[in-house]
Amino acid sequence: MQPAAKYLYYPGCSLRGTGIAYEESLLTTFRLLEIPLEELSDWNCCGATAYMSVSEASATMLAARNLALARQTGVKDLIAPCNACYLALRKTQKMVAQYPQVEQEVGQFLQQAGLPSLDSVQVRHPLDVLYCDIGVKRLRELTVRRLQGVRMASYYGCQAVRPYGEVDDPHEPTRMDEILRAVGVEVVEYPLKTKCCGGSLTGTIHDVGVRLNYILLKEAQRRGAQAIVTICPLCQFNLDAYQSKIRKQTGEPIDMPILYLTQVVGWALGGDFRELGLHRAISGRKLVEQWFTVRKEAETYV
Amino acid sequence: MERQIRYQREADLAWAHSFPQNPGCERLLSCIQCGTCSATCPLALYMDLTPRQVIALVREGFREDVLRSKTIWLCASCYACAVECPQNISITDVMYRLKREAIASGIYPKRFPIPVLAREFYEMVRRRGRNSEFWVVFWMAMRTNPLVLLSMARTGWELWRTGRMSLRLRGIQRRGDLQYLPAASKEVD
Ligand code: SF4
Ligand code: SF4
Repeated sequence: MQPAAKYLYYPGCSLRGTGIAYEESLLTTFRLLEIPLEELSDWNCCGATAYMSVSEASATMLAARNLALARQTGVKDLIAPCNACYLALRKTQKMVAQYPQVEQEVGQFLQQAGLPSLDSVQVRHPLDVLYCDIGVKRLRELTVRRLQGVRMASYYGCQAVRPYGEVDDPHEPTRMDEILRAVGVEVVEYPLKTKCCGGSLTGTIHDVGVRLNYILLKEAQRRGAQAIVTICPLCQFNLDAYQSKIRKQTGEPIDMPILYLTQVVGWALGGDFRELGLHRAISGRKLVEQWFTVRKEAETYV
Repeated sequence: MERQIRYQREADLAWAHSFPQNPGCERLLSCIQCGTCSATCPLALYMDLTPRQVIALVREGFREDVLRSKTIWLCASCYACAVECPQNISITDVMYRLKREAIASGIYPKRFPIPVLAREFYEMVRRRGRNSEFWVVFWMAMRTNPLVLLSMARTGWELWRTGRMSLRLRGIQRRGDLQYLPAASKEVD
């Protein structure tokens, strides 16, 4: 296992809005790991699920533009932290490789826009880079502080593990658990790991979206988790932002921190509360402050 | 009284048989109606047609029935069904094609927020190259039911307070690249 000399990084729209803490914690984690990360210049929206619902042709072209921009830089690995971006880029690569007609349409678009044709850019997810390139062993060695006695559930959401991803096993993913254990977190069994959060349904058919998230939160709580760890800005947003509504609707005292994997890992590596965007939590703020504020005496744990 | 049953002559078999040309839908005609897709789907409970029923109706050519269903819009594209289908049918891609057809032909429940959101998103990205979450949601609400903005106020405030909401309209620098995408008018009615 050897990290590449440099990684390209494709934030996507969410990491510049509701998911800003994901970007902050990803950048901090990579800085602490001393791995250079360079933002893809002039990247565009991946198209997500909404674009695919209007036009398949331009959805693939949009995603392809990012891949072509990445190829231009000569860097092989492109990190896409958002699950929707990750899927859109990989799906496009697969469609171009498999369907001559798509290849031709995309090729023509890229040529008109003065961009190179697609080549073997590797689309990676931060989880995949942490697990495969850095490795659990190295992360354990680099850990400078541990969360003592905190129980978390790892949650992958849908589009990172299926059907185009190689992030982890689509049925029984375990890599996130391994990473969390390596940095000192106690991980609970959570069978809903890859059950969908509903994506944008919380904004459209609100009650259905909120209900899906209630099920996810409730099950995590029932399994003894005190927090859920996510790897997608939309999952994090859905689970985090509607807990006050859920409390009101169900009368149940759910107030659970929803963290990014990169926040937990970054903190274990020595990252600072604000640098990791931990101040941006909506639910479970008290616990977040309690866990991640470094008290003088706690520092001696190392 | 509205007639509930459909007659075979209303079925559009040519339409049904065009599906296998669509990426991901190649094997649609070999569905064995096992229902695995409906069983895996986290949203089946809220759908008017289950995913299995959608596949059955598509295969028999009942175009209007599926295009008018709420199911295609409730599908969150989570691919759970697609990885489980024993016949390797990407039900997700079938749903995508149905959404596109429903939008292109204007057959979708009016003021139903999901297709409206998809179009707002599409138009913003088509013009600017990036999506600004706040404005897409704002325009979706304005075009469906502006009152929902009130119920979103609390979430909005919390996002604002934690620095997670931006009102800035974003875009790419080389806006010119976007002109080579297929013309918007050709794609949407
Ligand atoms: S899982 Fe596949 S084969 Fe089974 S009913 Fe659904 S589409 Fe048909
Ligand atoms: S992709 Fe759509 S139809 Fe398939 S399981 Fe997910 S929500 Fe249901």
